Amino acid sequence: MSTRSRLLICLAALCLLHLGVACAGFFAPYDPAAQDREHPYAPPMALHLVDARGGIHLRPFSYAQSLRAGSFDEYDENRARVIPMEFFVSGSPYRVLGLLPLRAHLFGGGDGGTLNLLGTDEYGRDLLSRILFGGQVSLLAGLIGAGLALSIGLCIGAAAGFLGGWRDEVLMRVAELFLALPWIYLLFSMRAFLPLAVPPLKAFLLIVVVLGAVGWARPARLVRGTVLSAKERDFVRAARGFGASGGYLLRRHILPETASVVLTQAATLVPQFVLAEMTLSFLGLGVPEPVPSWGNVLASLQHYNVLISYWWMYLPVLAMVPFFLGYLVLASLLQASGGPSKIEEVGSGV
Amino acid sequence: MMRFLLQRAGHAAFLLFGVSILAFLFSTLAPGNYFDEMRLNPQISAERLSALRAEYQVDRPITLRYARWAGALAHGDLGFSFAYNTPVAPLLWTRARNTLLLTGTATLLVWMLALPLGVWSAERLGRPADVALSWATAVLLIIPDLALALGLLILAVRSGWLPTGGMVSVGFGEFSVAHKIRDLAWHMILPLLVLVVSALPVLLRHVRAAVAGALEAPFLRAAEGHGISRKRLLYRYALPAAAHPLIALFGLSLGTLLSGSLVVEAVMGWPGLGPFLRDAILARDLYVVIGGVLLSTLFLVAGNFAADLLLYWVDPRIRAGTGR
Repeated sequence: MSTRSRLLICLAALCLLHLGVACAGFFAPYDPAAQDREHPYAPPMALHLVDARGGIHLRPFSYAQSLRAGSFDEYDENRARVIPMEFFVSGSPYRVLGLLPLRAHLFGGGDGGTLNLLGTDEYGRDLLSRILFGGQVSLLAGLIGAGLALSIGLCIGAAAGFLGGWRDEVLMRVAELFLALPWIYLLFSMRAFLPLAVPPLKAFLLIVVVLGAVGWARPARLVRGTVLSAKERDFVRAARGFGASGGYLLRRHILPETASVVLTQAATLVPQFVLAEMTLSFLGLGVPEPVPSWGNVLASLQHYNVLISYWWMYLPVLAMVPFFLGYLVLASLLQASGGPSKIEEVGSGV
Repeated sequence: MMRFLLQRAGHAAFLLFGVSILAFLFSTLAPGNYFDEMRLNPQISAERLSALRAEYQVDRPITLRYARWAGALAHGDLGFSFAYNTPVAPLLWTRARNTLLLTGTATLLVWMLALPLGVWSAERLGRPADVALSWATAVLLIIPDLALALGLLILAVRSGWLPTGGMVSVGFGEFSVAHKIRDLAWHMILPLLVLVVSALPVLLRHVRAAVAGALEAPFLRAAEGHGISRKRLLYRYALPAAAHPLIALFGLSLGTLLSGSLVVEAVMGWPGLGPFLRDAILARDLYVVIGGVLLSTLFLVAGNFAADLLLYWVDPRIRAGTGR
């Protein structure tokens, strides 16, 4: 298989994954913030095809769970109460991509029962729904943050490389400053001085801006390097000799040369930034409850009792693995198609 | 030698200066401060509050505060913690020591693993053993360190094999020296494992690529033709030739491990800078945060400086002043 077709397959898979998260409302059976105080920390429900009497059903079903008397987290399966899995049901309202209002869900519990395939959290909220909706927040933060960091990096890197001289010197010194810091400490210090208790949307924007502001340095350095070498290429000199203006040269001849570097950087930055958002939210400095993100869904694992008693609370971690895999493969394919690798480019994964 | 050293030291000083300015700049972006929270407390009168504000000089312009802070720093004074009501420096130092212990050991371990494994893999480039190792590193690469830390913690909790939090056991003070070391090492295993496993794949890839590149060089072919043993060829000839980018990578790996250690510390309850800084942020304890960030930069700068010295020692081109 050629690199190009592999690249297409990888891109298609990533698009599908993102589409799935973008349509979280449809795949998630419930509202991620809807609480069910009767079922805190309910374990994942098993789907059955064969009932207690040995009869085979085509429609998968589950048994209702009810709290054991006198306990707060132990459940008994109620064999008498069957919850069939129904497809394409109408349920809680949501918006696809924040625009299209819908009520249709891929599946849901029939007969008025709730179906928590991955269990519930401390407020009885459906974990599957929270993972899917949380992906929207985390991935969007990663994507927009990477976009921001890349645009800043592209502008500064191109300016530094193209203008040269003292401006190059100053810009690269500042970039080095940002590179020298352990990025998460920088993230912390920036987050430290911004308001703590903020509405979720504002917190989200804050994180994105902080990510962009912290992460621009490496792309800027790489872009500068490419611009520097492109500037000396023969066709660029020729165009300059024909009297092309600086703006034209940059736009037409030099920036296209940086495309492969920028794309590779994008593929490495997005998962890094998703992880950064997760870390911040996990530590309670990111997107606040009740809005789910992959980080704050995991936050309850910081409590010892949750860690030992409710293994399903760990499941959100697995949600990001396919995404990370996709981006890793994408980055290495882009690098393979973009010519010889430089240590700097690979090093960005550090 | 002197010139090179001075140049690097000047660079380090510039970095630290820049970071301190950045940290202070961010603090002006912040609406509110530590004492704003106190306003909500009915037990603290308005007069007391304004007295406190005057004492800590939170209302003065930032340039003045920075000048005062930088002046104090020259005496080794990192400012005063609002929340702990003591100077910042000793507070930070006890935590930084623990972080340093963890990060330093992890750095050492990672490189001790990455170098031989990378060389071993480069020697077998494209053969099944190398391919298997590449796959293994790819798998490790897609597991985020947060997931790894939580997963290992769950394993440890469930199995009960390893301690799951903190740095020492109860009653550490009365242990004998040998017992103390054993206890500390026992508690370090889990956080170290996370740090090493999350940093190893990237380093391994670099070592492999660098050594594989060096093995292609004509002088190595010639050396091989002279009948020099394989082992000597790899470690005495190829590795030094590949050292330049690897030493540059050393600084990077230090930064990664410092950042990673922050997460690991928070998850595993290691009493280092990570959880301390998090709490300081939540309490808006300005000087603790600035001091912590500055200290972590200092670690990094020191590490890079050491790498530069190493480079100077290893690479004759730099000694002659023609390299870089």
